[in-house]
Amino acid sequence: MTARTDKIDKLAQHTARSDAGVSLAAAAWRRLRRNPVFLLGAAIVVAFVVLALLAPLLAPHDPAEPMLGDQVVRARNEIPPSQPGHPLGGDQVGRDLLSRLLVGAQQTLLVGVLATLIGLAGGLVLGTLAGALSGWVDTVVMRVVDVMLSIPGLLLAVSIGSLFAQPNQYTVILAVAIVQIPVFARLLRGSMLAQRHSDHVLAARALGVRERAIVFRHMLPNSLGPVIVQATLVLAIAIIEAAGLSFLGLGNPDDRLPEWGQMLGQAQNVIDSHPELAFWPAGCIVVVALGFTLVGESLREALDPKSRR
Amino acid sequence: MTDTLVEVQDIKVHFPIKRGVVLDRTVGYVYAVDGVDLAIRRGETYGLVGESGCGKSTLGRAMLKLTEPTAGRVVFDGIDLSAMKGEPLRTMRRRMQMVFQDPMSSLDPRQSVESILVEGMRAHGLDTDRQATAKRLRSLLSSVGLPSTSLRRYPHEFSGGQRQRIGIARALTVEPELIVADEPVSALDVSVQAQVINLLEDLQQEFGLTYLVIAHDLAVVRHISDRVGVMYLGGLVEEAPSDLLYAEPLHPYTRALFSAVPVPDPIVEDRRERILLAGDLPSPARPPAGCRFHTRCPWRQRQRCDTERPALREIAPGHRVACHYAEDIRAGKIRPHAVEPELVEQDVTGGIGPDDPLAGPASVTEALGP
Amino acid sequence: MALLEVRDLKVEFRRRGEEPVRAVDGVSFDVQPGQTVGLVGESGCGKSVTALTIMGLLPKRGPHVSGSARFDATELLSLSDRQMRDRRGRDLGMVFQDPLSSLNPVVPIGLQVTEVLERHRGMSRRQATVEAADLLDKVGIPDPRRRLDEYPHQLSGGMRQRALIAIALACRPRLLIADEPTTALDVTIQAQILALLANLVRDTETALIMITHDLGVVAGLCDEVNVLYAGRVVERAKRHDLFAIPRHPYTHGLLSSIPRLDAPRGDRLSPITGSVADNIPWTTGCAFAPRCPNALDVCVEVTPEMTDDVGVPDNRSLRCHNPVERAKRDGEALV
Ligand SMILES: Nc1ncnc2c1ncn2[C@@H]1O[C@H](COP(=O)(O)OP(=O)(O)O)[C@@H](O)[C@H]1O
Ligand SMILES: Nc1ncnc2c1ncn2[C@@H]1O[C@H](COP(=O)(O)OP(=O)(O)O)[C@@H](O)[C@H]1O
Ligand code: SF4
Ligand SMILES: [Mg+2]
Ligand SMILES: [Mg+2]
Repeated sequence: MTARTDKIDKLAQHTARSDAGVSLAAAAWRRLRRNPVFLLGAAIVVAFVVLALLAPLLAPHDPAEPMLGDQVVRARNEIPPSQPGHPLGGDQVGRDLLSRLLVGAQQTLLVGVLATLIGLAGGLVLGTLAGALSGWVDTVVMRVVDVMLSIPGLLLAVSIGSLFAQPNQYTVILAVAIVQIPVFARLLRGSMLAQRHSDHVLAARALGVRERAIVFRHMLPNSLGPVIVQATLVLAIAIIEAAGLSFLGLGNPDDRLPEWGQMLGQAQNVIDSHPELAFWPAGCIVVVALGFTLVGESLREALDPKSRR
Repeated sequence: MTDTLVEVQDIKVHFPIKRGVVLDRTVGYVYAVDGVDLAIRRGETYGLVGESGCGKSTLGRAMLKLTEPTAGRVVFDGIDLSAMKGEPLRTMRRRMQMVFQDPMSSLDPRQSVESILVEGMRAHGLDTDRQATAKRLRSLLSSVGLPSTSLRRYPHEFSGGQRQRIGIARALTVEPELIVADEPVSALDVSVQAQVINLLEDLQQEFGLTYLVIAHDLAVVRHISDRVGVMYLGGLVEEAPSDLLYAEPLHPYTRALFSAVPVPDPIVEDRRERILLAGDLPSPARPPAGCRFHTRCPWRQRQRCDTERPALREIAPGHRVACHYAEDIRAGKIRPHAVEPELVEQDVTGGIGPDDPLAGPASVTEALGP
Repeated sequence: MALLEVRDLKVEFRRRGEEPVRAVDGVSFDVQPGQTVGLVGESGCGKSVTALTIMGLLPKRGPHVSGSARFDATELLSLSDRQMRDRRGRDLGMVFQDPLSSLNPVVPIGLQVTEVLERHRGMSRRQATVEAADLLDKVGIPDPRRRLDEYPHQLSGGMRQRALIAIALACRPRLLIADEPTTALDVTIQAQILALLANLVRDTETALIMITHDLGVVAGLCDEVNVLYAGRVVERAKRHDLFAIPRHPYTHGLLSSIPRLDAPRGDRLSPITGSVADNIPWTTGCAFAPRCPNALDVCVEVTPEMTDDVGVPDNRSLRCHNPVERAKRDGEALV
């Protein structure tokens, strides 16, 4: 008898989990860690963030100083080529391209993160209001959101951007952020609504839990999954849209602090003779956007309730 | 003072069917519960049985005021809940609890078992003393047969049967008198079903609970209940003590239901006479006139059954039946006949379930997704 | 000779970064022509995977299959996709649990039936339409001509299941596999569908594999019953024998777990302890041992083999070191 139960216990231990308890987030993280797609995306994102943060230290030269200016010959479309100390050469006014790219990463990150955070904050407020209060608040918020969503994102950003008399870095961020607000709001409201009718919310209500606690303890936390995924994807979109605005001349006119979109915009004048000037910032934008997208998609997969066991 | 704990009087729950893109128009109603009277005595188990969509869950939720009834009264321990709202209602909730069908979706996946269990106590100010709360949680867990190490775990780390135990423990944390158990075992495996049924019976003994057990499985309901009510399309068609109902089902629908339940015994199966009902359950959005069952009833008599809705009448002590011809059927005066199956148009709105968004999409883009 | 011979069928799902899942772990059984064979067991014991393997409907990537499934002397497991598709059209039919998701939502019911008739029985469109209406009539769909033009979502659950059965029967299969065909339906509708299946199988002499978790369904329908636990058959017997004297502790435990309609109120159920998660691997001993009231020391040391049961006169096989003594089950009251 004892021999048998011992043996069973021993066999069972093989599969038994510890008593510590693994929250959903921890379980999702375990799945993520094994996902090569996530690892690739995360590597890109981490590299980008590290480079951006350390840019002032890493940049070999001052990105605002046209130190190769003497090599620029406007009339013959000559710009400084790759040379010792300047592996990527210079830009159309002779500033070191590598340094500009590195510092540009910092600006791009700033724009992406701030725009996403502002959009997220606005969306969270509106979405929570609509999802928690329902009724006419919901109707009004959602109508406004729908109108905004019916306009293509970049177009809306351009319109908002052009409202500002003096475009600068922050007007770009604001324009991009405002475009994202309705996306977050609608997403959050949708998943809060689904939560509102879920059994566990009904159970909390049956228990006599106060409405406020139901919204903030049950509905909101369980609705955040898709929003977090969206935020990661929006980072990519924000970077691209900010680049678009800069490209169209609605960005920061002060080009002493470079930004990838702005660099791309300025490169268009010489795109025929020197496509590499456009290639570098464009490539960086694509790679970084891809990195965030990969992370977002693998997050979505990891948080998917269907893969939960 | 009667021994009735909870009573519903002519209760109705009609869900509006909304259509329209800009302005929601009500184009009809789902008559989910359409005039039910029943009383549950303190300490008994009342079983509610019927096919899916007949309004069992809605009735259970209306009894707990989780769904607002369209008409009728709910009286709990002599207190009329109908007009009660806000804080008084919230405080009342401590005395009546619910256990759900799906043990996974009824537990918040982001909360540990401990915070799931403490939540109700906190809402009613029952967790004043940490030590006492911890002790109480441990004793509750052992009552429902879970190890005390469960407290720090999360719902997804448990099997279906264990999750259902957590759900039951959660209901017990606030020391309720009434528990409405909505299909408490139908999502579980056969062997685990029996464990949970036994558990419910033990807990009733231990805590002196009153149960409303809702199930579509007649065998489960008959096993666990003292009295059984049979529902069909939003109405109660028969009510009797469990053994009496089995010994002498009088409503044609009850008879058909009993004869349709498979029994795990080939000898019984080979001999039993089946009453096969023709056709499908009509949509609760368009219930038939007269007796709701007349479209499928093998005992239906012309005219009266088609036009006059039979009331739930007491035919023998404690045995209520909603059929015009209950006495004649019992006496064998009328015989079952063949029924031509009627088409039941599956209208697109008929399938609205409790999981579907209620108000319909708030806008066009919602229907298309983000 | 048996129509279908399944021998030592094993299916393992391997996924990157996860423990492989042995869904089916050495299942063997036979189906004779015209016979109705039940596969019963709780969820996760491998019933559906067994059925899908026989039908060649497992996903392409992931599962590793071994063993054999011979249909009429042809090895199904080694057929090409194309040959298998052809088989499915001619000899094998399947009915699933969820009729809505196994019908094409955007194609009218009629077309879904005529398609099969045209492809596999070489009928013209006109012949096929007549035959389709006939089939729908046969499975008890009222007003079949009108229903031909309707879409799956316009039918009720029971009618959809009937339509699915009509499609499965359209190619006159010699073997029909029904995977929990009534689990999603109400009891009164279940009774209709079971009666329909029983009649069809009898009239057309089709063999039927009935997969279900409901022992009541098996009791009314099957000639022979295979009880599965953790991916293996643990007991096989003729219907009457199995229910009269369940010999495997698992079968016995299942039968005493079920509340019976005809048992008086107040009888306490005797459930099996634990849940299906409490298994040990079959390679170590008996997978059921941790939950088994009859377990001996040998049960966790030696894997029990499927052997002919000599403890009872009937012709049955058993995988158990210490079967339940043949005492008649109580509660024999009749309806
Ligand atoms: N919140 C709701 N909104 C609209 N219709 C509903 C809602 N809840 C239930 N229904 C409808 O009411 C009827 C009864 O449902 P329900 O009480 O869940 O039945 P049961 O529990 O007996 O299966 C069904 O037709 C269902 O579609
Ligand atoms: N596609 C799949 N991938 C991985 N595991 C699977 C897959 N399909 C089934 N399984 C596993 O195989 C086991 C048996 O499943 P199944 O045959 O569906 O059981 P049932 O007896 O309930 O029909 C289960 O443990 C299930 O998790
Ligand atoms: S009233 Fe008529 S139709 Fe209704 S159950 Fe009785 S006999 Fe049947
Ligand atoms: Mg229900
Ligand atoms: Mg299955």
